[in-house]
Amino acid sequence: MIYREAGQYKTSYEADRAVFPLRQDRIGIALIIVAAYAAGVFGSDFLLQAVLIPFLIFSLAAIGLNILVGYAGLLSLGTGAFMGVGAYACYKLMTAFPEVNVVVWILMSGFFSAAVGVFFGLPSLRIKGFYLAVATLAAQFFLQWSFNRIPWLYNYNISGAIEAPLSTLFGVPITGATATSEARYFVVLTLVIGLTWLASNLVHGRIGRQWMAIRDMDIAAELIGIRPLTAKLMAFACSSYFVGVAGAMMVFLWYGGAEYNVFNIDQSFFILFMIIIGGLGSLIGSFMGAALIFMLPIGLGIVLPAITEPFGLTVGAATIEHLRFMIVGALIIFFLIVEPHGLARLWQIGKQKLRVWPFPY
Amino acid sequence: MDLLSQIFVEPFALMVEMPDLLVQTLWEGFVSGVLYALIALGFVLIFKASGVFNFAQGIMVVFSALTLVGFYAMGVPAILALVLAIGVMFVLAWTVERVVLRPLVNQPDIILFMATFGLTYFLIGFGELVFGGEPKQMITDELFLPTGATEFDLGGGYVRIQHLDVAAAVIASIMIAVLGVFFSKTRIGRALRAVADSHKAALSVGISLNQIWVIVWFAAGVVALVTGIMWGARSDVSFALQIIALKALPVLILGGFTSIPGAIVGGLIIGLGEKIGEFYWGPVVGGGIETWFAYVIALIFLLFRPQGLFGEKIIERV
Repeated sequence: MIYREAGQYKTSYEADRAVFPLRQDRIGIALIIVAAYAAGVFGSDFLLQAVLIPFLIFSLAAIGLNILVGYAGLLSLGTGAFMGVGAYACYKLMTAFPEVNVVVWILMSGFFSAAVGVFFGLPSLRIKGFYLAVATLAAQFFLQWSFNRIPWLYNYNISGAIEAPLSTLFGVPITGATATSEARYFVVLTLVIGLTWLASNLVHGRIGRQWMAIRDMDIAAELIGIRPLTAKLMAFACSSYFVGVAGAMMVFLWYGGAEYNVFNIDQSFFILFMIIIGGLGSLIGSFMGAALIFMLPIGLGIVLPAITEPFGLTVGAATIEHLRFMIVGALIIFFLIVEPHGLARLWQIGKQKLRVWPFPY
Repeated sequence: MDLLSQIFVEPFALMVEMPDLLVQTLWEGFVSGVLYALIALGFVLIFKASGVFNFAQGIMVVFSALTLVGFYAMGVPAILALVLAIGVMFVLAWTVERVVLRPLVNQPDIILFMATFGLTYFLIGFGELVFGGEPKQMITDELFLPTGATEFDLGGGYVRIQHLDVAAAVIASIMIAVLGVFFSKTRIGRALRAVADSHKAALSVGISLNQIWVIVWFAAGVVALVTGIMWGARSDVSFALQIIALKALPVLILGGFTSIPGAIVGGLIIGLGEKIGEFYWGPVVGGGIETWFAYVIALIFLLFRPQGLFGEKIIERV
């Protein structure tokens, strides 16, 4: 009823290949984007800094990992470290060439992380499944060690941390201590929308179809003329690019500074969980998963005290953290059993229900 | 030139000059190798019988040790606490089979692998909620484990050997021998091997897969408990152990996922290589290479021999 495609005809091949073939979808996406920009104007500082900016950054990292795990079928446990490569590359570039705009460097830093990703992706040509997962653990631990032990990477700071220097875009400070959350939010939002559009074109195009062919059956894919070497390394490069940009954004546009242990293995796991819960092989799933995993502790912090306070119990921050681990773990198992395609599939089912409502037959 | 000398000359000169340090390092490497091998053994047990790569083995080590210490802290005598902890591991095995494995039968391996991530995080949260996140002391004396150390002279210096480490090596060997006998001589052991060979064939001769899974997860739980006691006695029982336990993964890559001797040899290679590498070559790159050395060895190894030292050759059929 609400969601009906009656009367929308596809009259050209372009229309048939469109990412959003339905008018309702296109209107919906446009509304979401307008609302997202409006949130930057009207939202409170807390909403922007503690909820929306990290949500967008984690979504981008999840999209990156989803390219590798969901589309190309290669499991990686080194996401945190690749985020770190992006962040440290951006820091080095920004301090070496401060006259170039920071947004350029954030986008460039992804290429460094892509190069490192390709290097650590080389074993994927011979091994798969959990063997590959272990190989990417090597990347995780080696890179994290490098961020700590190679002082050149943090410009021989005594603190050992990297910090975002002040920089501006159109005269408005966007990184550093004086940048307002509104300014940073608009930069993050614009970058994430642009990169999501890029990712969408990648996965819907020739390269994306190659990845999916490799994922579904690599030998058959090889037989129809897909080179596993280029397709797999391309997946590692693209995935690491997005993840690296997300890492650079995390340090420069959210935290303002970071140490090596921000990029630890827990970070890698939480991004993997975002895509398992959100939906493997789905871009919208990456956003949904990031929202669920990231908002969970915030939600728990609000809901739990409201439940227990009438009984005179107080819930500490540590308890909430432990409960978060338990709930995330249980959710992973639950989704893998009940709905392996994650929230994205539930969303699809919901849309289908809306389409035929109120006459399901 | 200086760097080359640091890499190729000085470490060996140091080894010859101070044999006591070399022996000490080798011994340290041997003991940590035994402990890696024990964790890897838990992985191999489960992988052989159910084809599940159990990422949660590391947290099972921590969880079982915490349960033991937790029961003792509540005033239960040490031996009874040990029995209760074994009981808890059985309940865990049964629950995992019921809640996680049974609904996921016939799913791709990678899905089951990811389900064990979920299990890992659930157990981390649950363990911290029940026992608290702070490190705890292992009840070494109460479990009649020897403490103290022996020192003996060697080439001008002395070597120090902890009694506890000797006990760890002995107990590990006994446990591996017992498991070996259990696998080859008992009825259940034969059933386990049958399941490892082929699930379908085992089902057709009347072996209950569900029962076997509970048994094998329970066995892995007991191995985890022993590992947890030993490791906890050497340092303390904390959740940091879970990250260290991940080093069993490169051990498995070296040894092959399906081989118990492979797990032991792989564990020893990683343990020795890591300690020697850290002590003699670590200073060249700034130290602390223990965190990644094992993984990089495994990574290089994978490029040349993906099935590991003792693993069965991977043959892919279309």
